Amino acid sequence: MPKLSDLLVPAPLRNTPKPGEAGAPKTPAPQDLKSAPPERPTDLGRTGEKALEAPVEAMAWIDQRMAASGFLTGMLFRKVPKGTNWFYTLGSATLFAFIVQAVTGVFLAMFYTPSTTQAYSSIAHINNDVFLGQFVHGMHKWGASVMVILVFLHMGRTFFFGAYKYPRELNWVIGVVLLILTMTMAFTGYLLPFDQRSYWASIVGININGTGPIVGPYLSDFLRAGPELGATTLSRFYAIHMLLVPGAIIALIGAHLYLVVKLGTTAPPWTKADKPRVATPTSNLDAGVSGNGYRPDGAGPTIAGVQIDGHNGEGAPA
Amino acid sequence: MKASDKQAYLEEYELLKKKGKPFFPYAVMKDSVMALVVVGVIIAMSLLLGAEQGPKADPTTTTYVPRPEWYFFFLFELLRVIKPPELVPIATIGIPTICMVLLLLLPFYDKGPERRPERRPLATTAGILTILAMGYLTYAGATSGSPTEIDMKVAPQYKAGAEIVAGSGCLACHKLGENGNNGPGPELTHIGARIPRAAIIRSIEIGPSIMPSFRELPKEKLNELADFLSSLN
Repeated sequence: MPKLSDLLVPAPLRNTPKPGEAGAPKTPAPQDLKSAPPERPTDLGRTGEKALEAPVEAMAWIDQRMAASGFLTGMLFRKVPKGTNWFYTLGSATLFAFIVQAVTGVFLAMFYTPSTTQAYSSIAHINNDVFLGQFVHGMHKWGASVMVILVFLHMGRTFFFGAYKYPRELNWVIGVVLLILTMTMAFTGYLLPFDQRSYWASIVGININGTGPIVGPYLSDFLRAGPELGATTLSRFYAIHMLLVPGAIIALIGAHLYLVVKLGTTAPPWTKADKPRVATPTSNLDAGVSGNGYRPDGAGPTIAGVQIDGHNGEGAPA
Repeated sequence: MKASDKQAYLEEYELLKKKGKPFFPYAVMKDSVMALVVVGVIIAMSLLLGAEQGPKADPTTTTYVPRPEWYFFFLFELLRVIKPPELVPIATIGIPTICMVLLLLLPFYDKGPERRPERRPLATTAGILTILAMGYLTYAGATSGSPTEIDMKVAPQYKAGAEIVAGSGCLACHKLGENGNNGPGPELTHIGARIPRAAIIRSIEIGPSIMPSFRELPKEKLNELADFLSSLN
């Protein structure tokens, strides 16, 4: 049976041998553009068909240089385990909420001025004058709440499904760091509108950091960037909110997703693989789980000389 | 988790994966529906709730509510639960830091092979209790009394000071008779009997611990405020 990816990927995208390698088609270089017809038998009059080929040619050109089609089709057509349900959309929903925050944030940044004298009026300008300004501002403001909720829901699912256990421990750690970074975004973004509420809430927040043991005073000094909350504080929060933390979040989301694709998503803990009727000696993998090569006479099938029916009948990980 | 448990899990997982469906289009379909719901909810919230500005930040006037966004209420409310000043660092940094470290290291101390929540009673109970505690603290933060209203009998000469207390958001953190919130700050009902007028002024100007400093308050207002507070005994 041909591989699914072979059916879907157009021929030019499949592993094209590099020029000069064995198996590479030896096509003579065209003498000049006018006299060199395409190798394929094509009707020159049918330009429409040629136009249809253009994206394929372009993809082939790119893939010859990136060699990414194998990885991409592998990622797209990888199997997700049996039992995958709606709870497993919470991670991608969080990612989507982040994308909404990133896009609306870019548009807000086009009109926002991080200075104590102009921040408030630039937000007023966004709200009152800019086309759809208050709408985009509102999406960013409420999107933050939605993202925080989704992060916690996603973490709750991972926790109660035991999905942080072997072999996905590292991805849990990355996820917790992403949670902390999300809360950092929420804290630093709160000051930027520079109204009374955000100003005084940030003072209390910075003071709370200051009560911590040993590092507390240094942390609050770093956040305040001076003796009083003022212009330097605002630009520091702006830089953290716009550059530092988003960069870290994007990098860690990349690592998070890499591990998701690499290790696969978990199945719900209640889902059990159906035990095959007959032990398949072709696969070592089935041996430990199915364990149903049991015969009363003790002469079960063997793999590489090792009898495989000695396992317990329950096979499933306890 | 023993090596044999790990091996057994990987084998079981391999089987589950074989029985599964391809990511595209099945999982992608669910993810896309969910993404539409997410953006729909955000758009609806933006249209219904808007993004109105409060008054401009001003260090010299103090008509403000020093309250965080709702998702930090649970941290803020922790300060009301843990009152003694010497324990404040434990509430502000200690408990959140310990919780974060416990969360970060979870897979390194919970290494059992069992994944079903009903067979992990300790982990499941701890998880549910954490959710209930955070939910309760968030609810308590959301429903705490309005910090800008004051309703008590005040002698005419202290009226101005009482209005400054109401207008400056003191009651967000301090209890005053039947008004305000009991914490994080100490109760002010009998503050005049507990500390002298000069100490009250010093506290307002310095802003001890997590309290913001009010040194930008005009001298006249500061005196009226101190008059009112030191009359409470």
